[in-house]
Amino acid sequence: MGDLIEVRALTRFFDLGGNQFVHAVDKLSLTIGEREIVGLVGESGSGKSTLGKTILGLYDKTDGEVIYRGGVLPQKYRPTDFQQLATKMQMIFQDPYSSLNPRMTVGEIIGEGLRLHFNISESDVKEQVVDWLQKVGLQADHMSRYPHEFSGGQRQRIGIARALILEPEFVVCDEPISALDVSVQAQVVNLLGELKETMGLTLLFIAHDLSMVRYVSDRMAVMYLGSLAELGKANDVYFNPKHPYTEVLVGSNPEPDPEFEKGRVSTSIQGEIPSPVNVQSGCRFANRCPKVLGVCREKTPELVPMKGEDRLVACHLVS
Amino acid sequence: MTANKEDTNVRPSLLIVEDLQVEFDTYGGTVQAVRGVNFSVDQGQTLAIVGESGCGKSVTVQSIMGLIPAPPGRIIAGSARLRGHEILGRKTVGGGEIRGAEIGMIFQDPMTSLNPTMKIGDQIAEPLKVHRGYSARNASLEAVRLLELSRIPEASKRARQYPFEFSGGMLQRAMIAMALSCKPSILIADEPTTALDVTIQAQILDLMLELQKETGMAIILITHDLGVVARMADEVAVMYAGKIVEYGSANDIFYRSAHPYTVGLKEAMPTNDPARQHELKPISGSPPDLFAPPAGCGYCSRCPYAMQICSESPPQNNGLHDHHSASCWLHHPRSGIKPDTLFFGDAL
Repeated sequence: MGDLIEVRALTRFFDLGGNQFVHAVDKLSLTIGEREIVGLVGESGSGKSTLGKTILGLYDKTDGEVIYRGGVLPQKYRPTDFQQLATKMQMIFQDPYSSLNPRMTVGEIIGEGLRLHFNISESDVKEQVVDWLQKVGLQADHMSRYPHEFSGGQRQRIGIARALILEPEFVVCDEPISALDVSVQAQVVNLLGELKETMGLTLLFIAHDLSMVRYVSDRMAVMYLGSLAELGKANDVYFNPKHPYTEVLVGSNPEPDPEFEKGRVSTSIQGEIPSPVNVQSGCRFANRCPKVLGVCREKTPELVPMKGEDRLVACHLVS
Repeated sequence: MTANKEDTNVRPSLLIVEDLQVEFDTYGGTVQAVRGVNFSVDQGQTLAIVGESGCGKSVTVQSIMGLIPAPPGRIIAGSARLRGHEILGRKTVGGGEIRGAEIGMIFQDPMTSLNPTMKIGDQIAEPLKVHRGYSARNASLEAVRLLELSRIPEASKRARQYPFEFSGGMLQRAMIAMALSCKPSILIADEPTTALDVTIQAQILDLMLELQKETGMAIILITHDLGVVARMADEVAVMYAGKIVEYGSANDIFYRSAHPYTVGLKEAMPTNDPARQHELKPISGSPPDLFAPPAGCGYCSRCPYAMQICSESPPQNNGLHDHHSASCWLHHPRSGIKPDTLFFGDAL
């Protein structure tokens, strides 16, 4: 299994003016293998969505590079770059209410990519749109309807069909299930799983539901304030976390099991994720970390492999 | 009425809700949002009402709080008695105000539930002045004390700030401070942590449990997250299509699930217990149209166990043991199925 995507020291700052920058993604490195699902978790404000969008070129890179199949992607996308890469990489957005154009019919939304990227007859577009509507569990006659006529789960399926009709290799799913009810979440997750098998998709699955990410992903990446805290096999990271932040996240994740929940000692930590503006040196988690050492406030820990384990951890306690 | 524990020999419940029915008039017709809901809450206990969007869980508690706008809303039947006094459709009980004084409430989105143009401390002080007759000076001192109670650091400085200067977690703490200002006997929390990160969620849930221990208040927690239910609830009511379909202790609901919908919810979410790993099983179909609710069981079109009678007449509430009950024909004494084989708890 080769690497499909390699992210090297990727950095994305947002300029606030007055020499202030939001360090949304800061020298982050990550590889995603072919046909792999990498789950990305972290609190809001940790930079998960920015990472996904910067990888796809929806945001310009401040620094670093993204390598796709050995080729370096442009630092700043021009329209022609989008034109070329949209058939390879796509995104499924978080909010199924604001990510579909309310003035276009579902058929126009799903078929737009085909019309733009391929010299294809209108009847072929229609045929493929119908095919995809059925693949995602909708009906052919939904084509002529508008987004407001659908429920949240149905809209998320429209978003999935829109992204996948171009048969991309790599898809960033930005919180594809957070807006949905439990029973519908399972439908969408199973659908993504099936399509991954049949189409050979590679996914970056961004979510804050740890149980769902563990269930869906091959590997899990834990992000905190713009950089990775831990990366490893999803089950290993969840059941045997090495970074204190991962421990806190897992320990805060409520399990649907009353005896377990009522028996467990509260592991909640004080404080909240600090502002990503002008981050100081040292470990970013130091001021909330229950196991903080002196060195943590001085030196920034690198994301390094753990001895004898298929795991990367950025923590002075481990390295 | 197995939901009410009047028959047991303990003191009567703090709040007893019986046969609550609520409708809304819309251009499309009348929505029967709540179709006969019964439950009770005891002092110091937490009742969780679980269900998916549109099942009527928020409307149920809003009716109790008198927050249903009328028109278009209408409470067409039922009663809610607080310590024996009817409160539905009333503003006061025994001379005291219900809303904000007897029952406090916190909401899902603290950002839009607070007044953006008023300082946090003033907003917390307001109910104290209105309901308890505090002077302005005492009310603001009390507001600072309440912020401290909600574990907000630098409370006196924070009291002079506006909502936009607070993070989501801090705002929810401020909301809790406000809801508890008049020492209510019941705190209603409508999806209090849905908008928050898991780490902040854990802090808020811990805070609610601590304050419950200190004050002995009852909590009615509305949520769709079974993990939150497992952490917080003593009793659980599972709602579907405007009705409570299963009611019982948290252990009954999780380990001895009796209604196919409860089983469906559990099978649709992943578990991290290695012994209970399973494939996610979505619930097919969608909830019934509450403009014209089905004649029989609301869940029957999605239920893998549906029988002919399920689509014809609504199931009665069948008691199982203690006060665990389920509205399901499978549990009817004449269904011919042994009750033991109907506990799906081991299905996972």
